[in-house]
Amino acid sequence: MLDSASLWPPVVLTLKLAAASTVLLLIVGTPIAWWLARTSVRWKEVVAAVVALPLVLPPTVLGFYLLLALGPGGPGGWIAGLTGARTLAFTFEGILAGSVVYSMPFVVQPIRNSFEAVGGRPLEVAATLGASPWDAFWTVAIPLARPGIVSGAVLGFAHTIGEFGVVLMIGGNIPGETKVLSIAIFEYVETLQWARAHALAGGMLVFSFAVILLMMVHLKRSERRIP
Amino acid sequence: MSADRDLIRARFSGSLGAFWLDVEFEAPTRGITVLYGPSGCGKTTVLRCVAGLSRMAGSLTVGGEVWQDDAAGLFRKPHRRAVGYVFQEASLFPHLSVHRNLQYGARRAAETGSDDLLPFDDVVDLLGIGSLVNRSPSALSGGERQRVAIGRALLSRPRLLLMDEPLSGLDQVAKEGILPYLEALHERLSIPIIYVSHDIREVARLADKIVVLSNGRPVAAGPVDRVLERLDLELSAGPFEAGVVLRARVAGHDPRFRMTRLVLNGQEIVIPGADLRVGDEVRLRIRARDVVLAKSRPAAISVRNILEGTIVEIAEDAETAFAEVLVDVGGGRLRARITRDASADLELTAGMGVYALVKSISFDRPAIGPSRSEAVAG
Repeated sequence: MLDSASLWPPVVLTLKLAAASTVLLLIVGTPIAWWLARTSVRWKEVVAAVVALPLVLPPTVLGFYLLLALGPGGPGGWIAGLTGARTLAFTFEGILAGSVVYSMPFVVQPIRNSFEAVGGRPLEVAATLGASPWDAFWTVAIPLARPGIVSGAVLGFAHTIGEFGVVLMIGGNIPGETKVLSIAIFEYVETLQWARAHALAGGMLVFSFAVILLMMVHLKRSERRIP
Repeated sequence: MSADRDLIRARFSGSLGAFWLDVEFEAPTRGITVLYGPSGCGKTTVLRCVAGLSRMAGSLTVGGEVWQDDAAGLFRKPHRRAVGYVFQEASLFPHLSVHRNLQYGARRAAETGSDDLLPFDDVVDLLGIGSLVNRSPSALSGGERQRVAIGRALLSRPRLLLMDEPLSGLDQVAKEGILPYLEALHERLSIPIIYVSHDIREVARLADKIVVLSNGRPVAAGPVDRVLERLDLELSAGPFEAGVVLRARVAGHDPRFRMTRLVLNGQEIVIPGADLRVGDEVRLRIRARDVVLAKSRPAAISVRNILEGTIVEIAEDAETAFAEVLVDVGGGRLRARITRDASADLELTAGMGVYALVKSISFDRPAIGPSRSEAVAG
């Protein structure tokens, strides 16, 4: 029979990774999306292209460069040095950083689109009503862009859960540290443990469907609320 | 400096697409000043510069407070200017209820400690939006939305209210519905209003002072009746709508024929029955093309209004068949648009006595509005 105790750690680790990534993605991605939507500087599309790069790069290529960046010779190694470690590669923090880079376009694009759809007028109205730019951002721009922020968060979360190539390159397969769901499935299939692979893969299928369905329902509802 | 307390002084210049905007004007800190001109003449840009939403080189002082002074490197950010701005589209926040829209500016103004001259309930009453406060903006009609937007701007405790063609997005019925509220605002509030419009009927009905813009430059400025009677401003208003504003007093009603009698400096004018009180002062807009001139008083004629006057000025346009004649009828001046042929035939000259005939029906309803008790002079 299935030994469920050994199935859970990758699931828990994956959820932890996805939750932490989503929080970081929103914290980093929202200001980038805001800047891309509002600025009129000509080179903004260069920044947009850099953010979108993970969409077209093979995960192995991205993973390779991330490995170099996180390793002892890169900035990741320097940061690790602050806590006395040698490298960020093959650590949870390392795959977290990788996930954030890898999923960034899925978060930035919908948020940028909704900021652009909101346009400048509501912010001008807020300014004439005495709201500072910071105030208007939180009380007008963010609530009006909420559908895009929700889609961004859900896509970022779901995308991180399904991540494989990048984690394999920079995280390896360390149980409890970097052995996430997709890597566990890969390992079970490689070692012909079909029942375990089925349990994880099937669970993921159901979960992904539920996430997408919930998001769509939510978006439909907020469309009705905001004409 | 003390004279500045009663004035809004603005000067802006800069490139505006195809032409150069160079506008300097003054507005009193009471009453409605209309920036009038055709689309694309730069009116909205000037208004945005006053609010600080756009920036052009120049200076701006509002009632003694400097909001922009390039020489001193001073530019006050829009959220630090006590302005209320009503945009062409109401632009209510769709994620907030009407009540919270109204409170948005009010709450922030209260934090800055500016005086609460306009309590919430008064504004709501004034604009007739009491029954709307619990609704969502998406459940309002266009006219209701614009009234809420005006209320929202007023509740932010502005020292100056800016309105950018607030009626242009509305249909005729909604426009007529909202004009009385604007007139009420004007009568009840002491906040000055700068109102951008390209509609001469709105100007005639609302304006105390008018600044006429053309291709980014002011071509005329002054009290509305003085400016509208000028014969050289044809281009701005267009020959079809050119006309004057006169102030008359209601003398009585004739219930049998449903007519209302007005008195203009001793001369009687009758208009189709209007819901006005005897003794009220009203504004009448009379278009130049609705005025006929005669050298002797015609008899047995269906035209009811025959005003005695003296020709002040005749402007002939050699490019067209027409001439514009300015006639002083005592207490006001009428413009008459006649053909040059007729002018020559009648041998009209300045100083000559004439009779100006105005068809009663040409006093159309929207042109009639209660006049301002505190009309701005100069």
